[in-house]
Amino acid sequence: MATGIKDKVAILGMGCSKFGERWDAGSQELMAEAFEEALADAGIERKQIDAAWLGSCMDAVNIGNSAIPASTALRLNGIPFSRVENMCATGTEALRGAAYAVASGAVDIAMAIGAEKLKDTGYGGLPPPFKGTFNDMWMPMASAPAGFAQLADGYRAKYGISKEDLKRAIAHVSWKSHQNGVHSPKAHFQKAVSMETIMNAPMISDPLGLFDCSGVSDGSACAIVTTPEIARALGKKELVTVKSLQLSISSGQETAMNAWDGSYVPNTRNAAARAYKEAGISNPREQISLTEVHDCFSITELVTMEDLFLSEDGQAVRDYLDGVYDASGRIPCQIDGGLKCFGHPIGASGLRMAYEIYTQLLGRAGARQLKAPSLGLTHNLGGVPYLGIAGISILGLL
Amino acid sequence: MSDFGITGYGAYVPRLRIERGIIAEAHKWMAPGLKGQAKGSRAFCSWDEDAITMAVEAARDALTGGTVAGVKAVYLASTTMPYADLQNAAIVAGAISAPEGIASSDIGHSQRAGTSGLLQALKAGEEALFIASDAPVGKPASTQEISYGAGAAAFTLGSQGVIARLVGKASVTETFVDHFRATGQKYEYVWEERWVRDEGYAKLAPAAIKAALADAGIGIEGVTHFAMPSMLRAVAEAVAKSVKFGGNIVSGLENGVGYAGAAHAALQLALALETAKPGEKILVLGFGQGADALIFEVSEAIAALPRRRGVSGAVADALATDSYMRMLSFAEGIELEWGMRAERSGKTQLTEQNRSAFQLEAFNAGQCAACETIQFPQFQFCVKCQAPRKQFRQVPLADQPARVLTSTADWLSYYPAPPLYCGFVQFDNGARLLMEMVDVGPKGIERGEALRMVYRIKERDRVRGYNRYFWKTTPVAAG
Repeated sequence: MATGIKDKVAILGMGCSKFGERWDAGSQELMAEAFEEALADAGIERKQIDAAWLGSCMDAVNIGNSAIPASTALRLNGIPFSRVENMCATGTEALRGAAYAVASGAVDIAMAIGAEKLKDTGYGGLPPPFKGTFNDMWMPMASAPAGFAQLADGYRAKYGISKEDLKRAIAHVSWKSHQNGVHSPKAHFQKAVSMETIMNAPMISDPLGLFDCSGVSDGSACAIVTTPEIARALGKKELVTVKSLQLSISSGQETAMNAWDGSYVPNTRNAAARAYKEAGISNPREQISLTEVHDCFSITELVTMEDLFLSEDGQAVRDYLDGVYDASGRIPCQIDGGLKCFGHPIGASGLRMAYEIYTQLLGRAGARQLKAPSLGLTHNLGGVPYLGIAGISILGLL
Repeated sequence: MSDFGITGYGAYVPRLRIERGIIAEAHKWMAPGLKGQAKGSRAFCSWDEDAITMAVEAARDALTGGTVAGVKAVYLASTTMPYADLQNAAIVAGAISAPEGIASSDIGHSQRAGTSGLLQALKAGEEALFIASDAPVGKPASTQEISYGAGAAAFTLGSQGVIARLVGKASVTETFVDHFRATGQKYEYVWEERWVRDEGYAKLAPAAIKAALADAGIGIEGVTHFAMPSMLRAVAEAVAKSVKFGGNIVSGLENGVGYAGAAHAALQLALALETAKPGEKILVLGFGQGADALIFEVSEAIAALPRRRGVSGAVADALATDSYMRMLSFAEGIELEWGMRAERSGKTQLTEQNRSAFQLEAFNAGQCAACETIQFPQFQFCVKCQAPRKQFRQVPLADQPARVLTSTADWLSYYPAPPLYCGFVQFDNGARLLMEMVDVGPKGIERGEALRMVYRIKERDRVRGYNRYFWKTTPVAAG
């Protein structure tokens, strides 16, 4: 009987590039930035890395297929190096590959690196998606915000919430992240924004305005993992270990059957239930210190709090307006600014979230440091709420 | 008398309308004279409508209460077929689930295609679906732009339940060049109206009428309804007067439709059939390099014909629009800056299109024999119980009632008619999918709103000149 990977994998070092409109850097430079920091933090040489995983998502504007662009950029010669892609869960997927390699005993030290260069498109927002030769035949050519905006209708209908109340609650989601971004030196956006500005921003996809959408940024993040034993042997005293790493992917039930009411994301619930079980968490509301969740759009974050069982169903609007997820709240969310302000270079995002949790757990977060966190959760949502990928990691002090 | 004829009719007019005053206002700086033609409204195709999509909608209306199962041939008449070498009628046949063994053909190249094609189909004498569909495009600021429109009419032909029999016919052919449009040209070239009226309509139409009356063995007094399409105003009335017709001159559909090219005579015939009584005769004319005259006698069976949208219903189903630039852009009369997102490749994989035709062409969901779940799209295994697809029963969704489950208006995606409305469509039979929502009025679209399915262009590949079609949805109530 499988027992999961709880505490079998320790983080030896992490790195994260400055996120933003990095006109100065391509994916190669961004990766080098994150890699050098992670290597220094781990206190090892690159030749000690036994295997590596690269997460990179968009083909249209990036480094191209395979892990070769990464092995070349980082000069990691001759080791097993794989490129993985699972939409917005790509970074978490890379971490999963590295963690599983260590947990299985196949290697001693593994690396996960995620990178995305989005600002080579020539325009704002993500490139239009290619959904596959068959799906492109029938699926609407809608943008990512249009996919996530569907949640608003479903959520409002289920809980009888007015358009105005929901708009205010999701505006609070973004407001809170902008407040946090101010203290996040590597974040893309480090400026507070008023509720009024958020509420009155131009509409992107009803009800999501400009400030309900995350930043489109360039960036890279990197994790080097090993076993707790090796980490200690290498001189690490305070260890952050992986408590759980779970993915859940839709088989199309939400879109093709009528059980789903459009108010929640079944994949997040599946992945969360499994992640809590793997980590031995019985009461997430009490046990989770902080979260970095997939706030690609404000409505996503709001619904995610219920899907992670941190808010009661139908109560996320109230919880947000009550400040439960603010920096000073019970379970701070996006203390580094989240996708909204730190930025969302797709392949890097899962690892960026892990970087913040790791940083917070080790007490290195400077002006945004939370008081004695012990367990942090990362959450990615790839694809769209009704046909997607949820990736969750829980990291904690050993 | 032959026991073969028209057994049903249907029509479609694009929902989008524009007051002619708006068109005239846009051109006032250089063509102030257009103001004199600025009466009423005209229909225009949305960016995703063309002769094929309108034909499908008219055919569906014609098949109200009936079935396509017995149809042996599909004819499509138009002067604005999207394809020069790719049979347009075959695409229509696929969309309406026509039986595999049918014949199909395109008829075009003249404003007379609508009547000539109908005559051919009637002469052939086998069960058929005849559709005339056209959206003639006038050059900006031309008389044609302001007076033209768009629409389609369809007729089922057969021996069972004949509502109108052809009792007289005649054709006159003469290379009278009132206007022309060379292959590959976007706009037509038009000669002086007065000459077209006096030497064209006024001479060719009466000759055809006279011959058709002789063929039917009746005098003009035996005709109740006179349907004559014309690009020019008041010509039908003048010709009717010249042949001493004293009955009902069928509306030229100037208001709400506009001159619909090769489909116009068919629309007028369908309109006449809406109110014609058994025993009455309808004279239908077609004009273009000569003239066709067809005389139909309405039979008792018309009383039993199931109610349909028809021309009146289609004209009433209007969505008023307020921008000349929108119409111009939809007609590809102006190149707007759509941004880099519009550079996305619209290429269609023809191999994939062929593989998935069984479900995409006629919008078929699959019903699992094991658990009865109706699902779209149909993947290899049932979404609920994982039973293999080979046992799915095909369930067409095109005519199934459905409602909005969720929706949004997307301003970010490249879309030729922003915003792109899309959302989950919940069918009463249990099927559900994310769909594009079109012809949404200024009020937007709300959860629970009733929807109907429409056949549209899913993707225009402007680089290769290929349109990919699929089904979309639209509010049942316009506006």
